[in-house]
Amino acid sequence: MNDDKLQVAEHGRDESLYPVSRREFLQGLGGGIIILFATGDLGQGQQRRGERPDFNAYLRIGEDGRVTCFAGKVELGQGPMTSLAQTLADELDVSLDSVDMVMADTARCPFDAGTWGSTTTPRFGPILRAAGAEARAVLIGLAAVRLKVPKEQLAVKDGVVFDKTQQSRRVTYAQLTQGKRIERHLEQAPEIKTVGQYNLIGKPINRLDARDKVTGKAKYTGDIRVPGMVSAKVLRPPSHGATLTSLDTSAVDEMEGYQVVRDGELVAVLHKNPDQAEEALKNLKAEYDIPKARFDDKTVFDYFMDNAGEGRVTDNAGNLGSGRKLAKEVVEETYLNGYVSHAPIETHTAVAHFEGDKLTVWASTQTPFGLHRQLTRDLGMPAENVRVIAPFVGGGFGGKINFEQAIQVVKIAKIVKKPVQLIWSRADEFFYDTFRPAAAVKIKSGFDNSGKMVLWDYTVHGMGGRGAKLFYDVPNNRTTLHRELRNGERQHLVKTGPWRAPDNNTNSFARESHIDVMAARAGIDPLEFRLKNIQDEKFRAVLKAGADKFGWTPAKKSPSGRGYGMACGFDVGVPVVLFAEVAVDERTGSIQVKRVVCAQDLGLVINPEGVALQTEGCITMGMGYALTEEIHHSDGRVGDLSFGTYELPRFSWLPKIEMVLIEADDEPSKGAGEPAIICMGGVLANAVYDATGARVFQIPMTPERVKQAIAARA
Amino acid sequence: MNETISFTLNGKEVTVTTEGERPLLWVLRTDLGLTGTKYGCGEGTCGACTVVMGNRAVRSCIVPVRSVRNREVLTIEGLARNGQLHPLQEAFAKHDALQCGFCTPGMILNAYSLLLRKPEPTYEDIVSGMEYNLCRCGAHTRIIRAIEDAAAEMKGAR
Repeated sequence: MNDDKLQVAEHGRDESLYPVSRREFLQGLGGGIIILFATGDLGQGQQRRGERPDFNAYLRIGEDGRVTCFAGKVELGQGPMTSLAQTLADELDVSLDSVDMVMADTARCPFDAGTWGSTTTPRFGPILRAAGAEARAVLIGLAAVRLKVPKEQLAVKDGVVFDKTQQSRRVTYAQLTQGKRIERHLEQAPEIKTVGQYNLIGKPINRLDARDKVTGKAKYTGDIRVPGMVSAKVLRPPSHGATLTSLDTSAVDEMEGYQVVRDGELVAVLHKNPDQAEEALKNLKAEYDIPKARFDDKTVFDYFMDNAGEGRVTDNAGNLGSGRKLAKEVVEETYLNGYVSHAPIETHTAVAHFEGDKLTVWASTQTPFGLHRQLTRDLGMPAENVRVIAPFVGGGFGGKINFEQAIQVVKIAKIVKKPVQLIWSRADEFFYDTFRPAAAVKIKSGFDNSGKMVLWDYTVHGMGGRGAKLFYDVPNNRTTLHRELRNGERQHLVKTGPWRAPDNNTNSFARESHIDVMAARAGIDPLEFRLKNIQDEKFRAVLKAGADKFGWTPAKKSPSGRGYGMACGFDVGVPVVLFAEVAVDERTGSIQVKRVVCAQDLGLVINPEGVALQTEGCITMGMGYALTEEIHHSDGRVGDLSFGTYELPRFSWLPKIEMVLIEADDEPSKGAGEPAIICMGGVLANAVYDATGARVFQIPMTPERVKQAIAARA
Repeated sequence: MNETISFTLNGKEVTVTTEGERPLLWVLRTDLGLTGTKYGCGEGTCGACTVVMGNRAVRSCIVPVRSVRNREVLTIEGLARNGQLHPLQEAFAKHDALQCGFCTPGMILNAYSLLLRKPEPTYEDIVSGMEYNLCRCGAHTRIIRAIEDAAAEMKGAR
């Protein structure tokens, strides 16, 4: 046991910064064993704001032997409810069905920065395991006393501690926790299980939320009902940047059962039924001042490049001049990628309920604590009087980091003094989305006589640098990011934000297309060209494993007509390689993806079934941004407000999907929710080139763009 | 104008008094308190609100409640019988044919009606039958497998 190593800390801190006080938090939990633990990344984030927490998740083993894990993470569909329970059950040696997860409730769970960036498994998972190990150690210590057997002689299975030499000598976790109240603050990680000791980790486990989701019992924010609640629908302005100049509500004011509220630019109609509130919006007469926009979705790229500010160099090595001199050939191209929407099937939804001086908000959000913080600040309410709950969330993909709908509904509820539910319409969802930004990537590169890259000058306009860091070995390289215009203006006219593996989809499309362009110029097979220019052994292993699975063979000529493509990428610490086969109808310009092979190195895999699900999800969703998804806009008007024009991947698009995982059980776990999506643009563009000889420099590769590229091919 | 509309919902007679033009979806979700049927688009383009009317899958967001008068409507809440999940529900859970789960009730009910029409569907039948039910998480391959599995299971039970 780690008694001596463990420091049970004394904590001096400002209770007012917490949603609930520590004391309140721990009261009412009853007896049992309580382990408090802090995850490192959150600790740092909090420290910056001077709000260092002493813990940000905890678990409890109750007097009934049931295990409860309280964590601020959100179940968006990516499966943490299952993988975290699996992780904890394994470390505690209890059955999976004895673990209850309480998630994303600011009154019951300690602070969590948000559910994004594939951090739940790699960052939260290990600390949860440590806490589980600690709890197990405490229980074994208690059992040793109870059974009068040395600790070393004890083992645990399914929550029962027994004497290895005489199995009838046994005691359950429930018996051990009965009448006890032990609180431990985990500061130093105890020993956790290693490869070979796992019962559940590494096994495919079905989703624990499946039963509720197939029966309709699972509660999402839109399913919350509060007595006296009314529905609100917001009046969507015609464009981003529009200001309301006049509003005539008289037609709705006369209708019984309806109410119009206004708070600055926010206008909403309320009725007990959401459909009727929405109908009534049509009877509002609003006029707006709509400013002329500097660019639209087509001119945005040139606008950014022509008006670029100074830029920021994020990587710089060697000397570009020497690179140019060493190069046998210099290749310069520009790659474009448009705005895309998150388009979760559940639109942003929230409920606000004021009771006396307290406020409860249910919201479909990836950031319940961020919302809590903002509400507390905006309303000037004490933190403990505001409670935010994110029930099951119907998809996020980065789009529900934005919680504008909750801010709106709280404003409305404050005015009408009733509980209010706001469900954004599909058009609202498209309009208010924080789109993945459009971006242009300019690459100037060169290779020498042996096919080694000697020059890489990489310039990004319109977005950030996730995925821009080069993993090919090029001695002379520079990466420059432009996120501001020459006059200091912000670049985008519509709201933009993170979209599943932010920036990396565009960066990987540009880089991997360009690598293939160079390989073709050098007359070298794309796989060989990559292997020539990547030294990293792990990466090479992934490349080779993927190529094996796909059955990649060098073509006799390039393009080969086979429709084969490949692309590499690196995201959240994961090297990933995709291979694809496509068929292109040259007459219509349509692309059918026939097969995709994904190879990745995710370290220790907690739930192979969850990984497969996430990887298939990445590949399927990735076909959308590669082939069809694009938000059009002009003068701030969003041109795509429905699934009628914004086309999501459908069943008939499905390729055969295969995957390879590099065995790396002794390596830390990595998140699987993002890496596989980043290569979809590049792998399909390269496969289209191999099929047709036409290089498409802009995604999505709509039939129109494919036909243009075919017409322009040499 | 309010109308009184009676229909059979999940095997039970129900009566609502409301405006007949209102979408069935919202009458189910608000007046009748059955929230398993989801709103995804309100335009019939995503399929999250799919319910079965008679034997046919319909998009309840564009079906006026008036048109279900004297008809039978099945929602996700009525699919399990006596606590026993329907083979489609079992298969969706077994194959992890869902992530966020928001499109799931509509997927299952659309598949239910598909299997009524085609008890032994080919892969192509499933793809074309499910084509316009949207899933954003990308659970498609598993949804197909789950439907194949459920069809086989139901055939065995016949």
